[in-house]
Amino acid sequence: MPLYHLTHARVIDPAAKRDEADGELFLRDGVFIARPSAAELKKAKKIDAAGLVAAPGLVDVHVHFREPGQTHKETIETGSRAAAAGGFTSVVCMPNTAPVADNTGTIQLIKDSASRSACVHVYPTGCITVGMKGQALAPIGSLKRAGVVAITDDGDCVQSNELMRRACEYAKMFDLSLMDHCQDHSMTVGAVMNEGALSVKLGLKGWPNAAEDLIVARNCILSEYTGAHIHMQHVSSRNAVEILRRAKSRGVRVTGEACPHHIALTDDCLATYDTHFKMNPPLRTEADRVAIIAGLKDGTLDILATDHAPHTPDEKDREFDLAPNGILGLETALAVSLEILVRQNKFKLATVIDLWTRKPAELLKLPAGTLAEGAPADLVLFDPDAEWTYDAKAGFSKSRNSPWHGQKLRGRVRQTFVSGKPVYADGKILAR
Amino acid sequence: MTWNRRHLLTLEELSVAEIEQIHTVATAFKKVLGRSVKKIPALRGKTIVNLFLEPSTRTRMAFDMAAKRLSADVISFDAASSSTTKGETLRDTAENIAALGADMIVIRHNCAGSPLYLSNILDIPVINAGDGSHEHPTQGLLDTFTMRERLGPDLRGRRVVILGDILFSRVARSNIHALVKFGADLTLCGPSTLVPRSLEGLGVKVSHDLRSALADAEVVMLLRIQHERQTATMFPSLGEYTSMFGLNSTRASWLSPKAIIMHPGPINRGVEIDSDLADGDRSVILDQVTNGIAVRMACLFLCAGGNPASVTAGE
Repeated sequence: MPLYHLTHARVIDPAAKRDEADGELFLRDGVFIARPSAAELKKAKKIDAAGLVAAPGLVDVHVHFREPGQTHKETIETGSRAAAAGGFTSVVCMPNTAPVADNTGTIQLIKDSASRSACVHVYPTGCITVGMKGQALAPIGSLKRAGVVAITDDGDCVQSNELMRRACEYAKMFDLSLMDHCQDHSMTVGAVMNEGALSVKLGLKGWPNAAEDLIVARNCILSEYTGAHIHMQHVSSRNAVEILRRAKSRGVRVTGEACPHHIALTDDCLATYDTHFKMNPPLRTEADRVAIIAGLKDGTLDILATDHAPHTPDEKDREFDLAPNGILGLETALAVSLEILVRQNKFKLATVIDLWTRKPAELLKLPAGTLAEGAPADLVLFDPDAEWTYDAKAGFSKSRNSPWHGQKLRGRVRQTFVSGKPVYADGKILAR
Repeated sequence: MTWNRRHLLTLEELSVAEIEQIHTVATAFKKVLGRSVKKIPALRGKTIVNLFLEPSTRTRMAFDMAAKRLSADVISFDAASSSTTKGETLRDTAENIAALGADMIVIRHNCAGSPLYLSNILDIPVINAGDGSHEHPTQGLLDTFTMRERLGPDLRGRRVVILGDILFSRVARSNIHALVKFGADLTLCGPSTLVPRSLEGLGVKVSHDLRSALADAEVVMLLRIQHERQTATMFPSLGEYTSMFGLNSTRASWLSPKAIIMHPGPINRGVEIDSDLADGDRSVILDQVTNGIAVRMACLFLCAGGNPASVTAGE
């Protein structure tokens, strides 16, 4: 494998507390290495990264790659290409495929497909319950042995407190984290947008914050009771942030994630019933948006994640009530988070990179998230100030359902390396 | 002429002048309905499709009648007989109807926002005949037409109460938008589960006290308690609803002596209103139905590009 010598980059590696204005990196045999000998360096492939930030490849613990069973929306191959184009080098797939990933065969199928077709590291999760039906525990131990990095019924939420309690106790035996999509179903029957002034005006069924807050509180209580780690996916409610904050201050093993759309957009976007703003949990109010940003700032929310959820144009081109939930995220996530957090809310660039790299990698103990010597040479080079217009039709995902289609964004990925090899450069996916 | 819209999707987006324009044209058409020959050739040669994807009797009949009074050809199309039950999308259904040469679509759909969605797809006018819990603009137009006919054209400061299931009611939303624009003194009343405080965001008062809400009101509009849309969680029983919020003669005596009683129908006699009030002197429920033809004629006529001066000359 060739040696790459990267020069003149602003190197940011929060895991190593490194932030150099004019730094160098050396990649060989799939890992970052120390400065090699002068003789070796002569033969190295040089990359002049002047004007670019070099950061660990981004980590997204929340994507839907729709394989198996819904490959008209996305495949592991197309999803991984979208990831690489967005600067992501490790992704964690949700198990709500068809069939759902509640059995070792499906996990193996996902891993086989990933090893054949993915250009980034793809990790599977398994279901908490059989069939994601919330009635009986899935074979969590076997799933762990088959390689899942967490368990979740994402898209759905385990409603039975008793079953969730047992899932916590059981998963803890394997040191496996539970990730929960926090939604009380009894309060959200038919709900399609945030409950509030706008849902009342539009005549759409509202999804109240309280339905999220209740489950976040339930999970804090169960985590404290059982000692299991529960991660709250896509936190969207201001009260949920506060509930998490209090639980964490007592030392409860809970964590939370925020999605770019929940820090960038509010339910005002739904005034024209545009299904590209329909996702679950829904866009909420300005007060919620601000509270989530504050939660990221003070560490109550631990990580960023996209909830990349592809649906075809035909599926989204429907009556609002009937269109599926979810939007694309991988190709716009970095630019949107830089805009909202760094430019608008004065986060340090290194802090935002930390939220996309070290912290999600640590959350699920993935071998990623640092530029340290010996670590997998997963790397993103991006221009934080480059302006570009996002065209979802020209993107790498199989679907186009993005609220940012046609928007001007700032911050563009130039190159992505996975295990020491360039997989994406200047708009093109390179051979695997 | 103030009308230059192709579609009629909501009352939220109409100006007072536009609503008044519709009412003026409706007044002229109402005279036509009183003649022995109740038909004018205004839309001769035009084809209007009534695309009703949710059950409806009176609204569909009223649109049917209105189109025929204007000499349009009418085709009605309902969910049970349509290809939507075979899985066809709304886009494909609508594009097929347009390709068949329809000049206008009147749509009723149980999903809020569907008329707006259609209007973005089609080049022909789209008339909203009720979309989910969102709006029912022609009902709001005929209700305010009836109020202005009875109370006088200026509704500013006039006390109006809408009583019943507001949360799920498209009729309420359209009336709220129109009455707020007209400057009426509007109170929404009913159980707190069906009349949530968040409705105050629409610029109206919310009350759960029937007596103070009805006191001296000049209009009370009752809304049907819609069993089919509600789970058991919204209120305990129809009996409790009637005992707390049903309009009976005692409660009607709290109203202004000249008050009118309205209801968009269909009525649940003995639930939201006692029979003798529904059939009594103060009830304008059947006038609403009659006015509904004239108002819908006006909407179809204006959206089809008709010149209002041609029918309102001499008004």
